[in-house]
Amino acid sequence: MSEHTEDTVRAEVRAWLAENWDPHLGLVEWRNKLADSGWGMPNWPPEWHGRGLPSELTRVVEAEFEAVGAIGVARAGIRMLAAATLLEHGSAMHKKKFLRRILTGEDTWCQLFSEPGSGSDLAGASTRADMQNGKWIINGQKVWTTSAHHAQWGLLLARTDWDLPKHRGLTYFLLDMTQDAVEVQPLRQMNHHASFNQVFFTDAVVDPDHMVEGLGDGWKIATTTLMHERRGADGLRRWEMGTDRPERAYVEEREELATAMAPYKWYPQRTGRVDLVIQRAKETGTYDDPTVRQEIAKLLILAKSAEWTARRAREAQVQGRNQGPEGSIGKLAASHVARLGNQVHTLITGADAMLTGEDSPLGGVIAEILVSTPAISIAGGTDEIQRNIISERVLGMPKEPRNDTDRPFRDVPRNTIS
Amino acid sequence: MSFSFTDEQMEFRSVLRRFLADKSPTAEVRRLMETDDGYDCEVWRSLSQDLGLTAIHIPEDYGGQGFGFVELAIAVEEMGRALLCAPYFSSIVLAATAIINGADEAQKRELLPAIAAGDIRAALAFTEENGRWDTSGVTMTATPSGDGHELNGIKSFVLDGHTAERIIVLARQPGTAGDAGLSLFSVAADAAGLERRLLQSTDATRKLARLEFKAVTGTLLGEAGGAAAPLAKTLDQAVACLANEMVGGAEALREQALDYAQMRMQFGRTIASFQTMKHKSADMLIEVELAKSAAYYAAAAADDDDGAFSAVASLAKAGASEAYMQTAIHAIQIHGGIGFTWDNDTQLWFKRAKSSQVFLGDANYHRELMIQRWQD
Ligand SMILES: Cc1cc2nc3c(=O)[nH]c(=O)nc-3n(C[C@H](O)[C@H](O)[C@H](O)COP(=O)(O)OP(=O)(O)OC[C@H]3O[C@@H](n4cnc5c(N)ncnc54)[C@H](O)[C@@H]3O)c2cc1C
Repeated sequence: MSEHTEDTVRAEVRAWLAENWDPHLGLVEWRNKLADSGWGMPNWPPEWHGRGLPSELTRVVEAEFEAVGAIGVARAGIRMLAAATLLEHGSAMHKKKFLRRILTGEDTWCQLFSEPGSGSDLAGASTRADMQNGKWIINGQKVWTTSAHHAQWGLLLARTDWDLPKHRGLTYFLLDMTQDAVEVQPLRQMNHHASFNQVFFTDAVVDPDHMVEGLGDGWKIATTTLMHERRGADGLRRWEMGTDRPERAYVEEREELATAMAPYKWYPQRTGRVDLVIQRAKETGTYDDPTVRQEIAKLLILAKSAEWTARRAREAQVQGRNQGPEGSIGKLAASHVARLGNQVHTLITGADAMLTGEDSPLGGVIAEILVSTPAISIAGGTDEIQRNIISERVLGMPKEPRNDTDRPFRDVPRNTIS
Repeated sequence: MSFSFTDEQMEFRSVLRRFLADKSPTAEVRRLMETDDGYDCEVWRSLSQDLGLTAIHIPEDYGGQGFGFVELAIAVEEMGRALLCAPYFSSIVLAATAIINGADEAQKRELLPAIAAGDIRAALAFTEENGRWDTSGVTMTATPSGDGHELNGIKSFVLDGHTAERIIVLARQPGTAGDAGLSLFSVAADAAGLERRLLQSTDATRKLARLEFKAVTGTLLGEAGGAAAPLAKTLDQAVACLANEMVGGAEALREQALDYAQMRMQFGRTIASFQTMKHKSADMLIEVELAKSAAYYAAAAADDDDGAFSAVASLAKAGASEAYMQTAIHAIQIHGGIGFTWDNDTQLWFKRAKSSQVFLGDANYHRELMIQRWQD
């Protein structure tokens, strides 16, 4: 690793881009070049579409891509959670079959974890996987599954043993979402969007070699996926937009993002849109109101401190220092910011805060903020669960006594879902 | 001042609660909120003619029952609890009260009986596009012309303004400013030059309209130029009622969240058994009960009508704004993912809480008013 410096990497990527980047290429064709060269995911291992560079040098690479307007690998949706999970736990076959198509954007993924009966208590999943005639047969229901309606593959947590304690009877599978035995029904949210779905399995089939690691390893692997998800929830994630340039690769990227990002259209609004606050205060003439200024200042203090905390955690991670539950801090801070952002936008907007759609300021954006922020403190693990993680794993406070982990799962009390 | 409910008032509340449970289940709320009119004629007839709710606080001389704000507040609290979709707050709490406070004797005899009987639905149009809730923000002009006045300007955020049959409008004599020169006018909804448009509201159970007046003929109510005081009083009374409507909604949310927590199991136990859920529920109870006390006190003070009332009304509204919104946030959180869905009813009250937060003035506005009016 030590042979790479910012300067050598910069020179290398610059030369490679000069030779290879061509916006007239097809998007998949271009991204295959990225996968072959390793420049799309420079910190991934060289044997799997990366260059094995230390994470801090990926910024140098990104800057060179930006400088020439080169498109990167596909990132939208939860594909990167799938990739991170497979890199860590997948077999060589999984990596070979899936990683490239994740990066090229040919495959979209969804996360089949939550169920009607198990949300915070993910280890309580009761979707069953039974081995029959050499195949895994899946029956049950998942819920809140973002992007399931256009995903080719799903990360599935299912129960393979009902007599073991809950965490030990789970297995992690890669499920083909395009089979008929998988039925996806969109669920409408309080903000009118339908980015998540219910997914029903009726004798859906999974090949035995699409099991990740071994029987009963599901919980451990799900934890990896969740750790990556929570880290991504710290508010630093870039918003994918595409550019309006005319060449083929750009056009195809725009088309891809239009589909991939459709479910996420309201996601910026759920953060509370701190970026709009000052502009809005000026537009509405509330900027000079001392009581409003106090609230705006409080929001900015919170939002900036949260941003810097997330950056601090990221730098630590880049420097290879141990990362773990700190992700929960960023996530919790993001939900405070979102809630306060909602309040401040309401204050600034006044009577117009009652309106929606075209009658609402910024063509409905403000109205959407006001009915989207509640998602932040639920999605990806609730605030309460994050607090439990912080207190127990960061602060070392004693765990709550539990009555559900030391007996066969079938004997654990749970709601019967009709 | 009396601060507890009489047996008759408690009985009234329970009759009303049964009526609303029957007539305004959330399936009905969802059906009506999708309509432009936003209410059901049969339910309106029933609540006005069978239960006499439209007559509660209108004096007997004008076809009413002559009860006070305490009874009116019970009615709106129960309506807020059930999220009743009906032009009640607009016609009874706002418009009828404005007529009681601002019109002269003959006008009251002419207008109020039909409103009290529920035969005519009225709306009060005072806020304009600037969204100011005080009377001095009014820019609409009224110029004498023939027997009446000619009205020009735009009113916005008019509760049920698109369906009301009579509009009570606040306008000013050209060239005046502040509280001077303000008068109330009565306008037929089908008057020439009046254009009404339903606004898209986040809380679809509360219909708001934009009313544009282009040389519309209106009839002066009460004394020319003397509307500021009666309108300010009307708003204080309406604000006290709104605080009661809000605590009704907040309590419904609190109870629903508690029921859900008692039922929902995770980790082999009900989520109600987790201390965080208990503390949240306890906090909600405290917030709602404090806001309720203020709302009840404000209703009683409205009946006493002493000098302290206007500060108390603002106190109650500011308190209810925060309590209702906070309760709604907690209620969604306690429900988890399901609380964020369209099909779960929590979102209906959440949106009502959001619109109530700003309707008739937000907490900041009312805290300031309260301090200005405070009497030690
Ligand atoms: C916008 C959005 C997108 C989502 N996308 C996905 C997705 O793509 N894939 C997926 O699998 N899931 C997804 N989810 C689901 C999300 O992860 C769950 O909703 C969340 O984990 C909470 O689970 P639940 O809804 O079952 O609530 P519950 O677990 O029933 O929680 C109800 C309440 O109980 C509290 N509670 C539960 N356990 C405890 C405890 N031990 N201590 C204290 N309090 C507790 C919770 O904090 C909450 O307040 C999404 C959710 C949202 C809102």
